[in-house]
Amino acid sequence: MDITKLTAVQTGRLIKDRELSVEECVNACMDSIEKQDGNYNCFVTLDREGALKQAKEVQMKIDANELTSPLAGVPCAIKDNMCTANLLTTCSSKILSNFVPTYTATAVEKLQDVGAVILGKTNMDEFAMGSTTETSYYGITKNPWDVTRVPGGSSGGSAAAVAACEIPFALGSDTGGSIRQPAAFCGVTGIKPTYGRVSRYGLIAYGSSLDQIGPLAKDVTDCAAVLEAICGHDKKDSTSAAGLDTDFMSALKDDVKGMKIGVPRDYFLSGIDEDVKKHVLAAAKTLEEKGAVVEEFDLGMVEYAIPAYYIIASAEASSNLERFDGVKYGYRTQSFTDLHNMYKKTRSEGFGPEVKRRIMLGSFVLSSGYFDAYYVKALKVKALIKQAFDRAFEKYDVILGPVAPTTALTIGESLSDPIKMYLGDVYTVSVNLSGLPGISLPCGYDSKGLPVGLQLLGKAFDEKSVLRAAYSFECAFAAERRLPNE
Amino acid sequence: MVITDEIIDYVGILAKLELSEEEKAQAKKDMSDMLDYVEKLNELDTEEVPAMSHTFPLSNVFREDAVTNGDDRENLLKNAPEEKDGCYVVPKTFD
Repeated sequence: MDITKLTAVQTGRLIKDRELSVEECVNACMDSIEKQDGNYNCFVTLDREGALKQAKEVQMKIDANELTSPLAGVPCAIKDNMCTANLLTTCSSKILSNFVPTYTATAVEKLQDVGAVILGKTNMDEFAMGSTTETSYYGITKNPWDVTRVPGGSSGGSAAAVAACEIPFALGSDTGGSIRQPAAFCGVTGIKPTYGRVSRYGLIAYGSSLDQIGPLAKDVTDCAAVLEAICGHDKKDSTSAAGLDTDFMSALKDDVKGMKIGVPRDYFLSGIDEDVKKHVLAAAKTLEEKGAVVEEFDLGMVEYAIPAYYIIASAEASSNLERFDGVKYGYRTQSFTDLHNMYKKTRSEGFGPEVKRRIMLGSFVLSSGYFDAYYVKALKVKALIKQAFDRAFEKYDVILGPVAPTTALTIGESLSDPIKMYLGDVYTVSVNLSGLPGISLPCGYDSKGLPVGLQLLGKAFDEKSVLRAAYSFECAFAAERRLPNE
Repeated sequence: MVITDEIIDYVGILAKLELSEEEKAQAKKDMSDMLDYVEKLNELDTEEVPAMSHTFPLSNVFREDAVTNGDDRENLLKNAPEEKDGCYVVPKTFD
């Protein structure tokens, strides 16, 4: 048996049945990482020693029947923007290249509480700003389906590590598509939960009104299991919501009879690859054949989501990233004349070009004289986008569409033209602006053999409908499902 | 929108970033392109629309002002670029 090919829940079951030990699973993943990660560069930090220590402790608790979660003993990885006590947390930035947190993010702590074993921290776009994982200070992550292509981003390391069977599941974060788009590019499954579903405590902030932590995994079942483990109210994050309706595993039913699914016509008008369109519409057909009521409709506001998003996200980023000043933690410039010069040189040397670009734009749109014209305008448009979704969800249980207009892009293709890169986020950013849950899962392979992602969106806090639709589709698609290099 | 040298210098002060001449030229172009692109929002009449900062109704959360975390000074200071006698060291701020 190749342990690394198992899903997280399968691994957990075999551990529970004493067919596998936690240590065996940790070693199998570590070996897979050591064998492959030189090619893919999914990890910034590996913690073999710490993982083996955790494995021993978890095994003892499993043997004593103290840990019974489906994830007990299962190895996992964490995107490097979530704080892990005593383990380097860089946000893939030079400015945090020496930062060792004294505390652990709530979502990560919850995983540890159920017995998941953390093997390391995954690569990402610097401060989660990017859609390709090319802006990392630690080098580009490569797509396991084709190493000349990007894995998507910003949670590219997490997605690629799962696709390459280096790890059964990983946590990512999604501010404008950063879980869903890399999941699509790498042919894995990822959920951006409803805003507030998962505590953001210990997640290094990018756009605080948009950020959400979620799982990237091999299938829908694993995503449900991880979400169940990490969700819930946290006193340390006042925007986190009380845990209503969180038995996500119970939503995994191969049954969409009578479910109302809306397909936005305006998602398919222009700028979308024919291959992507074909497979996504075929997925709608599959769900219809299983008994769902599928209908096309006009969502509206689609073309305004990206401009509104980039104003709001950059504004919040410019404010959130003010804390990196070279005083309390992180990188500090070597030579300076006075305090302000130290701040400026530290930040200019510590941040990469995309981060500086967004801090500059954000500072501008928040500045006196431009605040109303740009920032307030974007917040008003956000209200209109939310209204468009509210109208749609009066009629439908789930909205179905693509995750991205293309499959994985070639390395270097989008970095030279930021606006072109931003346009790739057309189907994902509106979901963050509206706070809604969305899942990304594979639904086909294009003519180059690259995975195509399907996106299913739900009402606020109705992850269960999304999971049920996704699980039903996954059951129908199982025979066509592939791994890279197959 | 045309981004002048003055605007870039002013934004540099707000953002606490020191850009090289090359970076400034690039920033002028990038910001100008992006602001032209987001002009698209002006196609929408939002006169009557209230600005929405939060999607879901949230109200402020109050708690007693009680210390719940322990003293972690030693560990926190390990991350400091420079420390002395249990304090952060910063450049001289006044004469």
